[in-house]
Amino acid sequence: MRAIESFEVPAPPRVNYINAQYGLKSWLLTKDHKRIALLYLGSITFFFFIGGLYAMMIRLELLTPQGDLLQSTTYNKVFTQHGIIMIFFFLIPSIPATLGNFLIPMMIGAKDLAFPRINLLSWYIYLLGGVITIYALLAGGVDTGWTFYTPFSTTFSNSYVVATGLGIFINGFSSILTGLNFIVTIHTMRAPGMTWFRMPLFIWSHYATSLIFILGTPVIAITILLLAFERIAHVGIFDPALGGDPILFQHLFWFYSHPAVYIMVLPSMGVISELIANFSRKNIFGYSFVAFSSLAIAVFGFLVWGHHLFVTSQSVYAGMIFSFLSFAVAIPSAIKVFNWTATLYKSSISYDTPMLYALGFIGLFTVGGMTGLFLASLAVDVHLSDTYFVVAHFHYIMVGGALMGYLGGLHYWWPKISGRMYPEGWGRFSALVIFVGFNLTFLPQFIAGYLGMPRRYHAYPPEFQVFNVLSTAGASILGFGMLIPAIYFVWSMRYGKHAEANPWHLPGLEWRTQSPPPTENFEVTPIVTWDAYEFAPREETEVVGKFRPELERI
Amino acid sequence: MQSWIPLVPDSASTFSWKVDALYFYLSGITLFFALLISAMLIFFTIRYRRRTPYEIPRPIAGSHKLETLWTVIPFLIAMTMFGWGARIYFEQYKPPANAIEVYVVGKQWMWKLQHATGQREINQLHVPVGRKIKLIMTSEDVIHDFFVPAFRTKMDVVPGKYTTLWFEATTPGTYHLFCAEYCGMNHSGMTGSVIVMEPREFDDWLSGNVGATTPATAGQQLYQTLGCASCHGANGEGGRGPTLTGVFGKMTALQSGESVRVDEAYVRESILNPQAKLVAGFGPIMPTFQGQVSEDQLLQLIAYIKSLQAGGQTTPTTAASPAQTPARPGVSPTRNLR
Repeated sequence: MRAIESFEVPAPPRVNYINAQYGLKSWLLTKDHKRIALLYLGSITFFFFIGGLYAMMIRLELLTPQGDLLQSTTYNKVFTQHGIIMIFFFLIPSIPATLGNFLIPMMIGAKDLAFPRINLLSWYIYLLGGVITIYALLAGGVDTGWTFYTPFSTTFSNSYVVATGLGIFINGFSSILTGLNFIVTIHTMRAPGMTWFRMPLFIWSHYATSLIFILGTPVIAITILLLAFERIAHVGIFDPALGGDPILFQHLFWFYSHPAVYIMVLPSMGVISELIANFSRKNIFGYSFVAFSSLAIAVFGFLVWGHHLFVTSQSVYAGMIFSFLSFAVAIPSAIKVFNWTATLYKSSISYDTPMLYALGFIGLFTVGGMTGLFLASLAVDVHLSDTYFVVAHFHYIMVGGALMGYLGGLHYWWPKISGRMYPEGWGRFSALVIFVGFNLTFLPQFIAGYLGMPRRYHAYPPEFQVFNVLSTAGASILGFGMLIPAIYFVWSMRYGKHAEANPWHLPGLEWRTQSPPPTENFEVTPIVTWDAYEFAPREETEVVGKFRPELERI
Repeated sequence: MQSWIPLVPDSASTFSWKVDALYFYLSGITLFFALLISAMLIFFTIRYRRRTPYEIPRPIAGSHKLETLWTVIPFLIAMTMFGWGARIYFEQYKPPANAIEVYVVGKQWMWKLQHATGQREINQLHVPVGRKIKLIMTSEDVIHDFFVPAFRTKMDVVPGKYTTLWFEATTPGTYHLFCAEYCGMNHSGMTGSVIVMEPREFDDWLSGNVGATTPATAGQQLYQTLGCASCHGANGEGGRGPTLTGVFGKMTALQSGESVRVDEAYVRESILNPQAKLVAGFGPIMPTFQGQVSEDQLLQLIAYIKSLQAGGQTTPTTAASPAQTPARPGVSPTRNLR
């Protein structure tokens, strides 16, 4: 063991990106990636709480077996809108557009993203998509499920399908622009010495995510366009009454929407790599395996969409291939989990809030990922598809995975983003509340699902009530837990303790500049001579097994 | 039902224990890894907690041996899950040849069923224990899904095509029937029950519901009233149109030079869109019946054509192609994605 050295940080000048300019115009016309990240942070938080409100309505309705609180038409709209808001307007942009936007240039030692104007444009596009979607919700809402399955969505639904679709269609372009910006930035704007294998794993996972943004999002755009054509002009594409094929829609939809799951969880994995390494003061075990597993997930993620169609009368042979590939895509995730766990071996673990989220993530993501194997396994999926087991599984991935990573990251970088410390005690307390509430909400749903409770049911047979009461109780705790950070983050912006440049004592580039950073991020362009997570000199690296360091560095 | 919270639903089909066994295997592996990871996390977190604020642990570079180990072992375990799951899946989705057929039509928000013997049911299905039952299903409107948790099987019910679901019930009782594919306003009301009976009771039930016209008879009447007889012959022996006798389930040669199996999907298509696949030697003279026959009537016409080969009509089939292959038993007649 050796003592940490203090990094030389320039004395904090008074001007930073927040107080460099004042006025609404300076925010709305900003080209600073950090300010745009904050614009995104505000807007996705807004959508998150709308989506959360819908979640509470769902859980309250399901407290009793009878459909007594909401009418079935209302309930159908509520769960549809919960899904649409949470997926398209919160989860997909959450980490990339806020933390990614803020940190990618800082972590690689750049002044900004490659295309600052496009970055701002992407936020406006996101906003436009969001406004149109909110209009659709207020005008009457949409009741197709977030999956928009045909021919219900094209022919039978009497709700605002096209308006909602337009909102999602437009929103997609903001994803594409963000992905493009990240890829170009990572390729061209790395500081001298910042080689690919010195990059923090957060960058690797965002690179992989950006690939999906660019390759996947156009497909959902095309799918929504076709859906709108059929709904407006009655062109027969999906509705068999018009000569179309309803299952074709599901292929197109999931070709994007399954990789979209990796859009949600890959950035979160990037955050977790940062948290695990930095809060245990240890380099990530098997850095290159973790880095390449992100790329493997991004690539294989495009080949597994058919596992959503095991019970649609898809060919059994196609089912077999998709099942095999779905098992294969689980392996890179397993590799990550094992490497994170191994990183902790002989490390120095702090119990700060971000680390609590990271540890929670690994546990919950393991459960989420392993229950995904149930659904990849053909025969069991036949029984489980469209039951609460599926609901529980993807909430373990999206809330237990993506959201935990997001919250952990937000706490970790909050001193850098806001220049203030959040209250640590409240942070740990709320992390615990969220963890308990989350498990109480979704664990019972695995059992209810295997017992056969179908999803999207407004009323259900009474024998499932016990699970639903537990879920609703858990959701109340979870909702309460979510409010605490919302309150103390806002509170800390004014009353929090001023943050040092490097409050956690870490070697990453983003900590080698003041908090909050100046508009140009670094006073002088940094020259990188160290590896990611290099807490101690390389000479001291312990070699275990037959590992050869020269392979690791490529 | 157990008095304590049950972990598995009622088991009432030959699939139940097979799916449960795999489910328990998966649960065991999941529990093992979840506990292993959690135990390691907890142990490391306590054992290697930060003791002094500025300590730096020795870096560890990683180990290819370990990486290989935790890539290969999970992969091998995953492959056992894959193989086991695929094996049961093939059984679930390949209906046996000797099954009793029941026609199912889903519509917002009810199930309409008809037995081959003519009995009709709404939101209920009576089946005997120990007999293989095959459901031939379609939808009048949106996608539904026929789900019986106690049987551990389900299948989407898709408009514009026939899907099949088969099972063999093992335990008498009344079990949930759910629509598992979201289908609009009253989706959660599109439920019913499957009533599994001892064969004797089932026969009593059947005879208590006599008087109903069988689908085949109803189809024969439709065959006359729709004017099919004028081209296909009074008893389906053929004429200006191809013969319908003895062709069902066999391959037939098409005008295009290809050949096609005459199954539910093909008959349906030929009624609704006759020009799509013309039988060799016949011109495009048949009008479409799109919009004139309901899904129920289509199933009745199909039942009639099926009966034409079982019945006394022994006219040798002229349509059977020379390239005829023996009908593979158990191959789903479902039309797959084009």
